[in-house]
Amino acid sequence: VTRAAFNAIFAAVALLAVAAPVRFAGAQQPQNFDAVEIKILPAQGHVYMLVGSGGNITVQTGADGVLLVDTQYAPLSNKILAAIRTLSTGPIRYIVNTHVHPDHVGGNENIRKAGATIAGGNVAGDIQDAAQGAQIIAHDNVLKRMSARNAQPPIPSAAWPTSTFIGDDKKLFFNNEGIHIIHQPAAHTDGDSIVFFRRSDVISTGDIFTTTNYPVIDLAAGGTINGIIDGLNRIIDLIIPVYGQEGGTLVIPGHGRLCNLGDVINYREMATIIRDRVQDLVNKGMTLDQVKVARPTRDYDPLYGSTTGFWTTDRFVEAVYKTLSPKK
Amino acid sequence: MSRTDRRRHARWACIGTALVVLASAPASAQVNLSGVWNNLGIMHEDQPDRLAGPELGDYAGLPVNDAVRLRADSWDASLITLPEYQCRVHPSDYVPSFGGIRIWEERDSASQQLIAIHTHHFAWGTERTIWMDGRPRPPDYALHTAMGFSTGKWEGDTLTVTTTHLKEGWTRRNGLARSDRATVTEHFVRHGDIMTLVTIVNDPAYYTEPIIRSRDYEYEIAGDIGPYPCEPVEEVIRAKGEVPHHLPGTNPFLEEYSKAHGVPPEAARGGAETMYPEYRKKLRAVKP
Repeated sequence: VTRAAFNAIFAAVALLAVAAPVRFAGAQQPQNFDAVEIKILPAQGHVYMLVGSGGNITVQTGADGVLLVDTQYAPLSNKILAAIRTLSTGPIRYIVNTHVHPDHVGGNENIRKAGATIAGGNVAGDIQDAAQGAQIIAHDNVLKRMSARNAQPPIPSAAWPTSTFIGDDKKLFFNNEGIHIIHQPAAHTDGDSIVFFRRSDVISTGDIFTTTNYPVIDLAAGGTINGIIDGLNRIIDLIIPVYGQEGGTLVIPGHGRLCNLGDVINYREMATIIRDRVQDLVNKGMTLDQVKVARPTRDYDPLYGSTTGFWTTDRFVEAVYKTLSPKK
Repeated sequence: MSRTDRRRHARWACIGTALVVLASAPASAQVNLSGVWNNLGIMHEDQPDRLAGPELGDYAGLPVNDAVRLRADSWDASLITLPEYQCRVHPSDYVPSFGGIRIWEERDSASQQLIAIHTHHFAWGTERTIWMDGRPRPPDYALHTAMGFSTGKWEGDTLTVTTTHLKEGWTRRNGLARSDRATVTEHFVRHGDIMTLVTIVNDPAYYTEPIIRSRDYEYEIAGDIGPYPCEPVEEVIRAKGEVPHHLPGTNPFLEEYSKAHGVPPEAARGGAETMYPEYRKKLRAVKP
C-alpha cells in the first residue's frame, strides 16, 4: 500500500469517524473494494503477507490449519478467503488482532465464520457451538473498545475477540511453531500486539511499525509516541539478522512493504529523533503552534510526511506534542 | 561436381551453419567482466570516501536539498557505535568505493545463456546479483535491501544496470542519507585491463539532481579478495533506546571543514549549484 493509498483510505475513515467518541474505532470502510486485488507475498517459513486495502494480513499455514493476523475490511473477506485457499485448504483456526482499528479488524466476523475453533473433549458435548468459527485472539483492551457502549458505529459481537489476554503476552504452539503474541502498552493504541512466529522467524507488527507514514498515534485510544518507540525497540530486540542489518528475521509491517532489521532501525531512528526534538521544544515552553512552525520533522517529511489525507504531518506533530506535554 | 566445387560447397555449408548457430545463439556478454578488479592504485578518486571518510559538514558538490542537509546536520558519528549499526553494510551505490570487486557470470549449463552477473565487494563482503535474463521487477511491497534489485543489459560493450528496491543508504559517510526511493543506473565499461564504473543516483526525496560518480579499477590476474567478518559489540553503555544525534542548531562540528580548508561556509553547505564550474565565479566574490 503506497503512502498515497494509505492517506486516501484514512481520509475517508476520518470523515466517517470524526464525530465518533472513539475516533478510529468503528469507522466504516471508505472505498469501492471491487477493484482491490489481494496479493500474496511469501515471507519465509510458513508465513505469507497478504496485501490488499487496509492493514497487511499475515497468514501462517501448516498441518494444523491456518492462523491469520488481522483481517482488513469486511467487503474484502471473500477475496481474502480465496487467497488463503491458494495457500491452504486447512481450517482457519485463529485470528489474531494487532489492535482495534477497522482497517485491521473489519473482516473479523466474516473470516471467523469461515473457520473453526479447536474444541472437543468435555467441551464439545456440552456446548454445541464451541467449535463454530475461528478463535479471535487479542489483548483485552481491544475487546473493551470493540464492545464499548459508545462505539460508533456499534461493532457486532460476532466480530469481537473470543480469547483475550491481560498480561504481557500470550503463547501458542500451532503448525509446529511457537507463536508469541506480545502486548505493547500505550503505543499505536492501548491494545497493540506484536506477533512473533519463532520457527518461521517472522514478526507481524501491526501499526507500531509502518513504512508509509509517520507513526499513527491514536490518542483517544491510549496511544503515545514513547510507546511507539518502546515497541520499535522491542521489535529490534527480537530480530536476529544474518549479517549487518539484513537477512534472518523478517518483519511484516502494519502498512507498507516487507521489511527486515534495517528498515525498523531507520524508522526507530526517525521516531526517536523527532520525539527528542519535540521534547526539547516542549521543555522550552513552546506552544503547539510554535512547535509546528519550527517544523521538527522537516528532514523526514519527504519520506513520511503528508499535507493531505487523514494522518498529516501536523497531526503527527500534534500527537507527539500532546503525549510529551505535562498533563494539566 | 568437381573436387574443387565440392570443397567450395562444403566451405559455404560450414559458413552457413556457423551463421545459423551464431544467429540462434542466446544474447550474451559483449565483454567479459569476470575476474578480480581492484582500485588500490587509484585511491585519489573520491579519496575521502575511500579512506578516512568525508569530513563533518562537507556537503559541497552534491545536489542536496534542505531536508537531507538537516539530516546530516543532526547526524552524530556516535550513532555507529550502536551495536545494531556497527555491521551495517555499504549500499550497492556506495560500496564500489572500497577495495576490490570480484565479478563472475552465471550461465545456464545447457544453453550457455547468461542468467546473471554477480559481484562480491571487499567491503563488508556484500554480494549482489545483476539479472540478465529479463525477469520482471518484484512488486513495490517486496523487500528492499542494501544491494537492491538489479537488472542489466548490454548497450554495445557497456553493461548498463538499473537498480530499484534499495534500502536507505548514504551518499557520504557524514550523515548525508540516500533515501529508499532512489533508483540507480550504472555503466560498467571495460578498456582492456581498466574498468570504469559510472554510478548515477536519482533520489527525488533528498537530491535535486542526479548524483554521478565514476570509479576506475585495474584488473588483477592473481586477484584475491579476503573475508570481511564483523561482529557487533557493546562499545558504549547508554540508556536503552538512545539514538545519538544533534538537536537542530546545536551541532558544534559543522564549521570545522569550512574553516580547515578555507571553503566558504555557503559552499560547504552544498546544493546543485556547487556542482558546476560556474560556481567558482560566484565564490570569487565571497570571502572565506
